[in-house]
Amino acid sequence: MRLDYPTNVKIVRVPCTGRVDDVHLLKAFEQGMDGVYVAGCLEGECHFLRGNLRAKKRVGHVKRILTALGINPERLQMYNLSAAMGSRFVEIAREMTEKVRALGPSPVTTGKGREFVEEQQEEKKQ
Amino acid sequence: MIVAQAKPIEDIIAMIDRYDKIILAGCKACVAVCAAGGEKEVQLLASALKTARKTAGREIEIREVTLERQCDPEYVEQIRGFAGDYQAILSIACGVGVQYMAEHYKTIPALPGLNTSFMGGSLEQGVWSERCQGCGTCILHLTGGICPVTRCSKSLFNGPCGGSSKGKCEVSPEMECGWQLIIDRLKALGEFEARFVELFPLKDWSTSRDAGQRKIIREDLKQ
Repeated sequence: MRLDYPTNVKIVRVPCTGRVDDVHLLKAFEQGMDGVYVAGCLEGECHFLRGNLRAKKRVGHVKRILTALGINPERLQMYNLSAAMGSRFVEIAREMTEKVRALGPSPVTTGKGREFVEEQQEEKKQ
Repeated sequence: MIVAQAKPIEDIIAMIDRYDKIILAGCKACVAVCAAGGEKEVQLLASALKTARKTAGREIEIREVTLERQCDPEYVEQIRGFAGDYQAILSIACGVGVQYMAEHYKTIPALPGLNTSFMGGSLEQGVWSERCQGCGTCILHLTGGICPVTRCSKSLFNGPCGGSSKGKCEVSPEMECGWQLIIDRLKALGEFEARFVELFPLKDWSTSRDAGQRKIIREDLKQ
């Protein structure tokens, strides 16, 4: 199965997604990453029982922080797949790359986060 | 412990808007335990504030420190060496910590990053509940170890009131009636007859907030 995934995806290995902390996710954005996704095991199949469920909650929390900071929360995603799902891994890498590409460069690098915040406020008013 | 929760990040961003160089000070005591102002929260908030600034096309320098406690002068003094190099101190300790920062560093604004909420404990991970209002005259030995000042929404001493229904308080269907808890507990202890028939006299609230700011002086410890 010699599958290619986009070269822009940089992998940070952790023993379990339960190790992924809010700070890790946020630091990636602070350093200018355009998008971040957490790839955890399938729900209910965590070797450590709840690692991927904890990660899911943390991703949700960081999404809320990102919104407040003027970064579209769509730039952060959580996916669940098993170690045996190589083709799905590639599919996700491509899907996420496309999604982030459509959103354009991160406001951290462009300095245009205010626009997103204002859009959000407009939507709330409506 | 003193339980606090983070202010909305938008509020903090607005609060520090005019500063470009700040100290973000956490506290390793109560607020670290309730996951609001410890070392980890300092890291997260610093990263969030720096990210927010970058999205607005500006930079901010944040010095991250987490003191042992912000309610003791010797620890608050630990930032003396570099405090003068910064424009403001954003403290994510409880209200005591923020005020200690303000008292010790008179020329530097001290800003609160948390809303200090109550004295309480954790029910489970991520859930905290109030238990004490610091009224200054504890009567828990008479009420089965359940505080009527805190657990009764009206702080009644001879409850329950007419708002108690099926063990719940009229304030909220999820809130237990403090006096129902007290009565159940006294019954379980076999002290109901002995305790509940006695009326509590009027409480002297002068030991509570009603007599203004409180102070305790222990002559045996004072130098």
